[in-house]
Amino acid sequence: MKKIILPKLPNKDGHFDEYGGMFVSETLMYPLKELLEAYNKIAKSAKFRQLLTKELTMYVGRPTPIYYASRISKELGSSHIYLKREDLNHTGAHKINNAMGQVLLAKAMKKTRIIAETGAGQHGVATATACAKYNIKCVVYMGEEDIERQKINVYRMKLLGAEVIPVSSGSKTLKDALNEALRDWVSNVDDTHYIIGSVAGPHPYPMIVRDFQSIIGHESKKQMASIYKKKADILVACVGGGSNAIGLFHPFLNDDVEIIGVEAGGYGLSTGKHAAPLNKGKPGVLHGNRTYIMEDENGQIQSTHSISAGLDYPGVGPEHSWLKDNKRVKYVSVTDKEALKAFYYLTEREGIIPALETAHALAYAFKIAKKYKNKNILINLSGRGDKDIDTIARMTQMTL
Amino acid sequence: MNRIEKTFINNKKKVFIAYIVCGDPDIHTTVKIMNTLVDSGVDLIELGVPFTDPIADGPTIQKSIERSLKKNTSLNDVFDVCNKFRAKNKTTPLVLMGYLNPIENLGYKKFSKIAVQSGVDGVLVVDSPPEESSVLSTVLKEYKICNIYLASPTTSKSRLETIINTSNGYLYYVSLKGITGSKISDIKSIEQNINMIKKIKKNDLPVVVGFGIKDKKTAKEISKISDGVIIGSSFVKIIEENLHNKQRMVDNINKYAVKIKTSIVNK
Repeated sequence: MKKIILPKLPNKDGHFDEYGGMFVSETLMYPLKELLEAYNKIAKSAKFRQLLTKELTMYVGRPTPIYYASRISKELGSSHIYLKREDLNHTGAHKINNAMGQVLLAKAMKKTRIIAETGAGQHGVATATACAKYNIKCVVYMGEEDIERQKINVYRMKLLGAEVIPVSSGSKTLKDALNEALRDWVSNVDDTHYIIGSVAGPHPYPMIVRDFQSIIGHESKKQMASIYKKKADILVACVGGGSNAIGLFHPFLNDDVEIIGVEAGGYGLSTGKHAAPLNKGKPGVLHGNRTYIMEDENGQIQSTHSISAGLDYPGVGPEHSWLKDNKRVKYVSVTDKEALKAFYYLTEREGIIPALETAHALAYAFKIAKKYKNKNILINLSGRGDKDIDTIARMTQMTL
Repeated sequence: MNRIEKTFINNKKKVFIAYIVCGDPDIHTTVKIMNTLVDSGVDLIELGVPFTDPIADGPTIQKSIERSLKKNTSLNDVFDVCNKFRAKNKTTPLVLMGYLNPIENLGYKKFSKIAVQSGVDGVLVVDSPPEESSVLSTVLKEYKICNIYLASPTTSKSRLETIINTSNGYLYYVSLKGITGSKISDIKSIEQNINMIKKIKKNDLPVVVGFGIKDKKTAKEISKISDGVIIGSSFVKIIEENLHNKQRMVDNINKYAVKIKTSIVNK
């Protein structure tokens, strides 16, 4: 493969070529610029970096290991499957990497209140956790439908002292929770910091969240070399908003490695009931940035479907749209059914229960492991599946 | 001179602007409401273009948009309403207010072309600040459609200059840090900010105030310190309360508009 050198983006206006930007109402321009300034000044200082590294090590449990999944590797063929164990982070997913960084930033900015949106609840739990630790008020917006399917995480957030506000507008899922969080922020810009959980939203969020999540890729690169004396040939991660994917991919973008993002295919791309904007959507403007979105012929945002609440989103981080158009990353999709199958497969064969979001990445990786010969496939095991037990049990008509 | 400029210059009173969502309760009634508004003394109409994710709007307007979208109101329907309104009314300025994505979906050029043909005088895209609007504003200018921007209590002085220089028609000053339907608490600070805007501006761009104006008293106070008053959620609320009786809906809109109109001061 020829050497690729991609430009360093976003540019100063927050654009990844035609994607990204700050498509927000006037009132939010000020806090976004304030945040950008604070981020550039505070988060890049050595003092902040040291503190964050210390917390990620002693509190979150980083670095997370890379586990060689020998049993399934052997069973699937000649390729080798490596799992970056983000599920072993405190709170059970990669979301805490961003939450810790942003809560520390909010503290430094003297904000006294944190708000967040959440889909699967992992970002909500991570934010509530960091807020409990740093003694800062936390409000989490969550769609009513997601509250229903991720009850365990709702209870966890409440235990952690967060206020969980159900969102009943629109499709009652992640996109509507994001709308409501933005409305809260407009009304409380002075004392409140909004922690977006993904690489979506207006600039500077896609950049900030990416930077805090890039620790996944940086660690992976070092670990593959030092522990296994190998280089990954293929990287695979699931993409909803795309934070775990960009976290793994970003440090590798200029390396000789194939990169694959897996979207939620729901009932199948041809049914229209999915959450795969990069595969089936087109560029538009949603939640403060230009990116691939799922819209109808009138430019209205379509409702999405995925078995996993965390992928059930009609947009995607703008950097992914850019990486799709410049062809650096290949974006594919996996159906609910295939994801479920991968969920069971990993659980039964390796003793690791993955999140349903992560199961999408696993399903595609298993597919190519059968096809390719002697490849080192590194999958971001972005979260653990405890939160999904309820959904799985219900689907198999089991009562817990 | 376009209809918006004429209205601000020729009006005896400060300008009274009403906002309603197109297609709530239905397209036919929207036209009727628009005519009623004009008959009751409204000088300019902001017609809301429904969008699934209205991040700057409070619950009242959100629900109105949801009702409109349930009837699949599209941009074409909005233009249809404008045409029907324009067929009888050649003078009242018409501004489309909404979010960027439906406009992007149709295409800036096509949107502007049909908008002009339908008698639209201005466009306000809530989620497209000047930083992101260079292409759209060029196209709007080409079609002689006024490009209206928001300014808010959080807008910095340097950005205010940019906004004023890229605006035409009028400047929409958002009275509060919040969403539509919130309540104004501090008229003094609004006055201070408007005075600051008036000092910055190099042209005669009128400054009107919206968000949080519900009653006669506030409308009067605001009309004293600005060039006009925008009322949205209160009209939308009347629509919501009378969904099953359209005659009463129109009558109550008339009564409310007349009441507000009398409280607005002369220039």
